[in-house]
Amino acid sequence: MKRLFRIMQTFATVYYAYMVEYRAELVLWVLSGSLPIILMGVWTQAAQRGNFGLSPVDFARYFMAVFLVRQITVVWVIWEFEREVLEGKLSFRLLQPIDPVWHHVFSHASERLARLPFAVLLIVLFFILYPAAIFVPNILTIALFLLAAGLAFALNFLIQYTLAMVAFWTERASSLQEFWFLFYLFLSGAIAPLAVFPESVRTIAQLTPFPYLINFPASILVGLPVNLIQGFLVMLAWCAGFFALNRWLWRKGLKQYSGMGA
Amino acid sequence: MERYFRILRIFWSTAIAAELEYRINFAIAAFTSLGGLVGSLFGLFLFYQTGSSFPGWRWEEALIVVGIFTLLEGFSSTFLAPNLNRIVRHVQEGTLDFVLLKPISSQFWLSAHTVSPWGLPDIFFGIATILYGGIKLEIEPFAYFVSIVPLIFGLAILYSLWFMLGATSIWFVKIYNVTEVLRGLLEAGRFPMAAYPTAYRVFFTFVVPVAFLTTTPAETLLGRSGIAGTVVAGLLAIALLFVAHWFWRFALRFYTSASS
Repeated sequence: MKRLFRIMQTFATVYYAYMVEYRAELVLWVLSGSLPIILMGVWTQAAQRGNFGLSPVDFARYFMAVFLVRQITVVWVIWEFEREVLEGKLSFRLLQPIDPVWHHVFSHASERLARLPFAVLLIVLFFILYPAAIFVPNILTIALFLLAAGLAFALNFLIQYTLAMVAFWTERASSLQEFWFLFYLFLSGAIAPLAVFPESVRTIAQLTPFPYLINFPASILVGLPVNLIQGFLVMLAWCAGFFALNRWLWRKGLKQYSGMGA
Repeated sequence: MERYFRILRIFWSTAIAAELEYRINFAIAAFTSLGGLVGSLFGLFLFYQTGSSFPGWRWEEALIVVGIFTLLEGFSSTFLAPNLNRIVRHVQEGTLDFVLLKPISSQFWLSAHTVSPWGLPDIFFGIATILYGGIKLEIEPFAYFVSIVPLIFGLAILYSLWFMLGATSIWFVKIYNVTEVLRGLLEAGRFPMAAYPTAYRVFFTFVVPVAFLTTTPAETLLGRSGIAGTVVAGLLAIALLFVAHWFWRFALRFYTSASS
C-alpha cells in the first residue's frame, strides 16, 4: 500500500513537472477548444429571434460550462498509445512492474492541473465581457458538477483507451477515433444543449454514452433539469462496461503484440 | 515553372502511392466524412427547426455555406495539413537543412511536398451539397464559375495564414499545435456571418478572416454581394500571399539548425 502511494506520488510530480514545462503548448491547446465559444455566439443570437425554450443568457452559461467540461475531460491517449505500439516503445513499459496505463492516467490527470488555471482565467475574462451571464452556483452544485465532470473524464478515457487497443491489430487506430469523435461532437451536447434537440434524436442520443460526457455535467452546473441519480448510474454502468471490454482486449492484444522496431 | 510542375507530379504520385497502402483507411475516411456532413447538417437543422432561421438566409442558402465549409475542410486535409503541419518537425529535428539545400524554393517544397487523399471524400460531399442547394435555388450554371474566383481567394488566404503560423516554429519550436488554434477558429465558417453577433463578425472579418472563406463565396454564388466582396477577398489574398512569402524569408534568417 505504501509502495503504491509512493509510485502514485512520483508519477504525479514527474508528469506535472513535464506538463508545466510545455506551458505555451498547453495554452494553445486550451485556445484550440474554441468551438463552444463560437457556438455560443450563434446560439445567443438565434435565441433572441427564435423560440428555443432557452434564453440567450441560458445559452451563454451552457456553452461556458461546455467549454469548462471539455477542458476537464479532454483525452488524447489513443495517439500516444498508437505510437507506443507502432514504434515498439510499449515493450519498455511492459518491463516495468506496473500496468502501462498508469503512465497515461497520470499524464492526463496532471495536465488537467496545469491547464486549469489558464482555463479559469479565460472564464473570468468571459464574464467580464459578458456580465449578464454571471451566476454563482451553490456549493452542492459545484460538488455535483466536479463529480460528474470527473466521471465524464474517466468514461472518456476508458472509451478512448479501449479504442486504442485496436492499435494491436491495425496501424491506424486513430482513424477509428476520428470516426468516434464525430458522434461525440454531434450527440454529446457540444454543439447544442440536448434540450433543443428534436424529441426523437434526443431519445436515441440518451441511449449512447455521449450525452453523459458533456451535456450531463454542463447541465448540472448551469441548473438545466437533469435526472441526477439515473445519470450517475448510467455513467457508472458505461464505465464498467468499457473497463471490462478494455481489459479483455488488452489481454488479447498483448498476445498479438510483436514489439516492432524495438 | 515547367520544372516545378514536373516536380509536383513526382511528389504527388509518390505520396499517393504511399497512401494507397492503407486502403481500408480510405473507406473509414469516406465514412467519417459522410458522418461529418450529416452532423453538420444536423447542427444547422437545429437552428431551422420551429420555423426559425438566420436573418436573410433560407435553409438551402445556409446549406451552400455548409457545402463550402466541407469543401474547404477537404482541401485543407488534402493539401494543407499534411504539408504545413510538418514544418515544425523539420525545424525540430533539423531536417529543414535538407530542404534548404535543394535547388528549388523551400516554401514550395514545404507547401507541396505531399498530398493526402483522405480529404477527397470531404471535397466530393462538399461539392454535392453545394450543387443540391444550388439546384433547389435554381442558380444558373454561370454563377458557379463566378463563385470559384472568391473561393480560390479564400483558399489562398487560408494557405497563407496556415503557412505563416507554421513558419513561426522557427522561433518557437515547441508550438506545433498553433495551427490547431487556427483550425478551431475556422469552425466558425460553418455558418453564414449573419448568424453571429456583431463582435464576433468583426473578429471573424478583421482578425481571423473566416468571413472570406465561406460566406463571401456563398454570397457570390447566390448573386448577392456583387463584386465588392470578391475584390476585397482578392486584395487580402494577394497581400497575404506576399506577406507569407516575405515572412518565410525573414524567418529563415533566424534558423539555426538543430542536431546536425
